[in-house]
Amino acid sequence: MPDETHAGLRLDAVRILLDGRELLAVDSHVRPGETLTVMGPSGSGKSTLLAYIGGFLDPVFQSSGRVLCGGRDIIALPAQERHAGILFQDALLFPHMSVGGNLVFALPDSVKGKAARRARAEAALADVGLEDFFDRDPDTLSGGQKARVALARVLLAEPNFLLLDEPFSKLDMRLRDQIRDLVFERALRSRLPVILVTHDEADAKAAGGTVIEIGTGAP
Amino acid sequence: MLRFAPALAIAILALPVIGGLAGTVLPAFGYLPALGGDSLSLEPFGEVLAQPGLARSCAIALAAGVVTAAVSVGLVALFIGGWSQTRPFRVIQSLVSPLLAVPHAAAAFGLAFMIAPSGFLARLFSPWATGWTRPPDWLIVHDSLGLSLMAGLIVKEVPFLLLIALAALPQVPLASASRLSASLGYGRVAGFLFTTWPAIYRQIRLAVFAVIAFASSAVDVAVILGPTTPAALPVRLVEWMNDPDLSSRFMASSGAVLQLGVTLAALVIWLGLEKLCGMAMRRLAGRGRRYKADMAPRLVAIVAMGLTTLIVFGGLAVLALWSISGLWQFPNVLPASLSLRGWSQTLPRIGDPLVTTITVGLAATLLSAAIVIASLERERETGRSGGNRALFFLYLPLLVPQAGFVFGLKLFLTHGGVGATWTALVLVHMVFVLPYVFLSLSAPWRAFDRRFEAIAAGLGKGRRTTFLAIRLPILARAVLTAMAVGFAVSVGQYLPTLLIGAGRLVTITTEAVALGAGGNRRVIGIYAFLQMLLPFLGFALAAIVPALLFRNRRAMKVA
Repeated sequence: MPDETHAGLRLDAVRILLDGRELLAVDSHVRPGETLTVMGPSGSGKSTLLAYIGGFLDPVFQSSGRVLCGGRDIIALPAQERHAGILFQDALLFPHMSVGGNLVFALPDSVKGKAARRARAEAALADVGLEDFFDRDPDTLSGGQKARVALARVLLAEPNFLLLDEPFSKLDMRLRDQIRDLVFERALRSRLPVILVTHDEADAKAAGGTVIEIGTGAP
Repeated sequence: MLRFAPALAIAILALPVIGGLAGTVLPAFGYLPALGGDSLSLEPFGEVLAQPGLARSCAIALAAGVVTAAVSVGLVALFIGGWSQTRPFRVIQSLVSPLLAVPHAAAAFGLAFMIAPSGFLARLFSPWATGWTRPPDWLIVHDSLGLSLMAGLIVKEVPFLLLIALAALPQVPLASASRLSASLGYGRVAGFLFTTWPAIYRQIRLAVFAVIAFASSAVDVAVILGPTTPAALPVRLVEWMNDPDLSSRFMASSGAVLQLGVTLAALVIWLGLEKLCGMAMRRLAGRGRRYKADMAPRLVAIVAMGLTTLIVFGGLAVLALWSISGLWQFPNVLPASLSLRGWSQTLPRIGDPLVTTITVGLAATLLSAAIVIASLERERETGRSGGNRALFFLYLPLLVPQAGFVFGLKLFLTHGGVGATWTALVLVHMVFVLPYVFLSLSAPWRAFDRRFEAIAAGLGKGRRTTFLAIRLPILARAVLTAMAVGFAVSVGQYLPTLLIGAGRLVTITTEAVALGAGGNRRVIGIYAFLQMLLPFLGFALAAIVPALLFRNRRAMKVA
């Protein structure tokens, strides 16, 4: 049994500044399978927080604090060693690869052999209800199908946590509930800590965890 | 490694220009120790100024610079103002773009083959309309005022400026400004010129200066179309530079300094014209007249634009036809027979120039592309683009007349014991190829959706994998197109190849211009045809390779 105080993602006195002005300050602990929802108006720096945690903060920002993943500070690590599973508003499937190519690219290289890698990708596709999509051109998929592939791609890479940047806002109403349930169900199943950035109250409600608001106190 | 890329790029752009200028200016004042000139004097200038007809040669060069720029800028402004966001605009835009890839010399030959007294246009109207059974004894090509020279320059500079202006358009609220000015009752053209054009012009200003610098100092176009007695200054300059008498190098150097002065004068005149036009525009705008009846200038713009395209493409087709023609007497519109004799006679001699053209072009393009990509990656990592300073260095080799610094480089090379080597030629070509590769690749490179890289990093992929597996393939089309542009620029280089190659390294372009004097139309046709074929092949590859690689990927097709 892992030490409960270390498990998950801990934002320890995180502050992000732009030109010396504080953009946001967060102190929170997201346990495995839990979701921290960050809400705020556009321009409040919600996405900047995700960029900071994921390791691709624009150099114009200054930051302080620690981000502990399973008790280990990851802020000094380069982005590719943080293993952040990221979902954006757009599915952003790599347009030059097939659907399967996107998944195989995400699979860790510890899975050896072309056939084995393909089998894993096919299984991941089946798991999100997209059997036989391996050889498809991503651009020919519907919005809901693309979102499913993006989710499968993120999970295949065995991330340590999920960063969700308004990932449901471009989907239409009916699809939105469906994909949202799917994402949270899979995150829970994989016991991943999730940070969700949104301005949709329904997202926050569905996520069910702590909700913090940023950027509202600004003059 | 990446860290040094921007510095390397600046060195490749600036060192040859600065060093070359020094190598030109010192001998101009009599200082060239290798040839016994170890004291400063004004004697070389005295020699140049004593040349017969010098004032006229300078005047032609000056006029070519200012007139070419004025007509080209005016035409581009009227065309965008009068026709943007219409179907004819898109049609002409897609026709004009390929003209950019045609080397200046080939376009000049094409124009000459169209408008000469024995050219295609005269044949088209003879004898039924003109009554000519023999070519009229008119001096159209090589006219003493340099009008065909300017025409030859304009047909190449208009596509260049149009594309640069179109690249600047997205940063200007064109559609909303034109709706606003229309709602205030302004005519289409006036509304555009008053509200939008000043912002566009500010962005294309360096390119306009480059046009002036090029037009006032172009050698190849002036050899093919320009006046002969006396010739424009750049042409005479090259004669002096190639004089086997070593002591004439001092005079050639001061001639090159004179050329710098002429180009500078053209730029100063242009600055004055800018001021005048700006004032006139503000006065007209302040008066409140709406200029609603603007169909006449709109028609002029589209007809001139269409003619430009038609004449160059027509001329290139005529060139190609000449290369395979048998007997083709005046006033027959088409040759009486076709024959491959010209090709079979020329092919054995064409191998060396062809190999030099292709290898130098490929090497200069690949090296430039590598440096440009490394610089853009460095910019992405640091978040700092060089801004105006970088832009200045990019345009530097295009703003200083080639004759002004390449001759100095040649003196350095020959008296430094390097001589006409393939490597030297590649390095000199890079000075001109690199800016164009950068200018065409920077926009798509910067527009790349960074979230793709964030996702790849989140998937645990390192910088190298992300670059090779994600960014490069997605930008493959843009990279290959930029390389095709660079290759076309290298193929079209005349003066740098002539001076640095020094007769030992010749390319299709230097051969074409040299043979132009001979007047054998079949041979000219063959060389000019190859000159346009090579850039065309480059662009064809840039279009076909990504289309094949990503044939089942809809999002990778051109929008």
